[in-house]
Amino acid sequence: MIEVNKKGEVWVFAEQHNGQLEDTPIELMSKARHLADILDVKLAAAVLGNNVKDLSAKLIHYGADKIYLVEHPLLEHYQTNSYAKVISDLIHKHKPQIVLYGATITGRDLAPRVASAIKAGLTADCTDLQIGDHTPGNNSNTYKNLLFQIRPAFGGNIIATIINYDRWPQMATVREGVMPMPTPDVTRKGEIITEKTEISRQDLPLEILEEHKRQKKIDLKAARVIVAGGAGVGSKENFSLIWNLANCLGAAPAATRAAVDLGFIDHDHQVGQTGTTVRPSLYVAVGISGAIQHQAGMSQSQKIIAINNDPDAPIFQIAHYKILGDLNEVVPKMIKAIKEKGIKE
Amino acid sequence: MAYNCVVLIKQVPDTKRITGQAMNDDGTVNRSALPAIFNPEDLNALELALQIKENFGGNVTVITMGLPAAASILRDSLFRGADEAILLTDQKCAASDTLATSYIISCAVKKLDPDIVLCGRQAIDGDTAQVGPQLAEKLGITQITYVEELIELNGKTITVRRNIGNGFQKVRTELPVLLTVTSEANDPRVAAAKKMMKYKNALAPIEVGQRIKAQNPDADGPTTKDLIEHKCSTLDQKKLLIKQWGLDFLDADLNWCGRSGSPTKVHRIQSVVLTAKESKDIEPNDRGISDMIHELIEDKTIS
Repeated sequence: MIEVNKKGEVWVFAEQHNGQLEDTPIELMSKARHLADILDVKLAAAVLGNNVKDLSAKLIHYGADKIYLVEHPLLEHYQTNSYAKVISDLIHKHKPQIVLYGATITGRDLAPRVASAIKAGLTADCTDLQIGDHTPGNNSNTYKNLLFQIRPAFGGNIIATIINYDRWPQMATVREGVMPMPTPDVTRKGEIITEKTEISRQDLPLEILEEHKRQKKIDLKAARVIVAGGAGVGSKENFSLIWNLANCLGAAPAATRAAVDLGFIDHDHQVGQTGTTVRPSLYVAVGISGAIQHQAGMSQSQKIIAINNDPDAPIFQIAHYKILGDLNEVVPKMIKAIKEKGIKE
Repeated sequence: MAYNCVVLIKQVPDTKRITGQAMNDDGTVNRSALPAIFNPEDLNALELALQIKENFGGNVTVITMGLPAAASILRDSLFRGADEAILLTDQKCAASDTLATSYIISCAVKKLDPDIVLCGRQAIDGDTAQVGPQLAEKLGITQITYVEELIELNGKTITVRRNIGNGFQKVRTELPVLLTVTSEANDPRVAAAKKMMKYKNALAPIEVGQRIKAQNPDADGPTTKDLIEHKCSTLDQKKLLIKQWGLDFLDADLNWCGRSGSPTKVHRIQSVVLTAKESKDIEPNDRGISDMIHELIEDKTIS
């Protein structure tokens, strides 16, 4: 059990595979930088792997003051036990006050194992992090400068703010795509601290027989404009309306879980709680009722156009432009209007 | 060889089916309007355990931690083919976060000495996916999360395919192991009519108590106690008594249970209210749509 350490640093687990940093630790950097500045402590990234020192500079450019670098041939491939052991040892040694992980499959495999080993709290899938004070209901003692771990719960219908005030570090996994990518500053300087580890074969209980990775068919996170279709589009054939409108706008085609489950489009295009979280300039929701699970993935869009024939569809509650009508008539009219305005394809 | 499988299951509110009827006028969700269901991916974990039993022999024990009402998913598991069901219920479990929950469950699982522990990938009420890995750590066993397929089970060696987000991995390890299972792994079987007939009257002691008290509101304490004991022993003889374990029975250290065992606390809960800052109704005609597109070009939303 680790006690409260107000001087502790803010840490980000810098997830990498085959020497490539994931997007999530970089997304986390600007938020973590902000938290560290409020707390007036250093921001550090923990980099584990084999021959991964080169990643340090990039993490420093994105905001890290320090890099804890742990290199070992047995850390070449991620395994739960070996990585959990190294991270737990680092936490015991340096007593950071905050440790953040991306809520990737690796982050969600690793962080709870670490939390259990060091008997610390962990909040899953946060969508925001803030610093604030907390006064428990039963006493007047106020705990200052805690990490507010903010996350949707109950299928996204409530937002819970979770804290831990008596046992630290404060740990959270953070959803992919909810924090904007920071701009790197190549003039930033930082310190690289090389840490030794004593892991052995016994810390690698898995034999990885095969691994297949594929490129996602589309990068929704990078799209400035997204045209998304829901079950209301009706059929795979009719989904060509979505593709056509997207083409016209130079937009990425996307879909709700319902549309993906119905086979209208591949899962790579899914936006929402079990898909990708997006924050484009414009999100066109076509035949989407707007279930809260879908909204969790797109409500941060700057402008939302909703096209639906049901006046009670929840999507209208968050839309900036509400078009109540038949999508089969409205979408062709939009395509026509865009072509008339001469928007380049 | 035969395998001793333990499956962890959870009763959850059906958060996936929130329709207009379950919404309050202020845009918040009416939680009491949601039915309690068997957590979907726990059914995939149970199905995988049942397939292991059918193919290799052994037995399947299901455990849930929760309120007495959670016994209904234990009965459901018996209907589908589980051999034994255990209800972990104790008022001192209340307010447990994932760390305390995994500690309590680890005390129960240790008593069963399983070869394979199976959990659903995550529960739909919290979506944390934390209890599985935390339980594996407490048990000191290997974990494999996001399991999509059991490829081979050969003696003490297991090979599975797991999802890694943008692809998959085939991994092999030695038992004992804890697997968290995704909905891709299988299609859970439905309840078997014969087993439903057999187990529909299966009850946990706490449920027996609730029924006896409801049926005999005027009986004094000792009489009620006798009635409960009698009913429980009758059920036990018919193998219809669902086991019920409390923290005393588990020899659990209370410092690690409930509120005191939970580092995370809730600071605040806010209902999600769905509103846009400003919105416009657009007529679904050429004029309305053309004006909207014009506006979006003017403010450089599209170019």
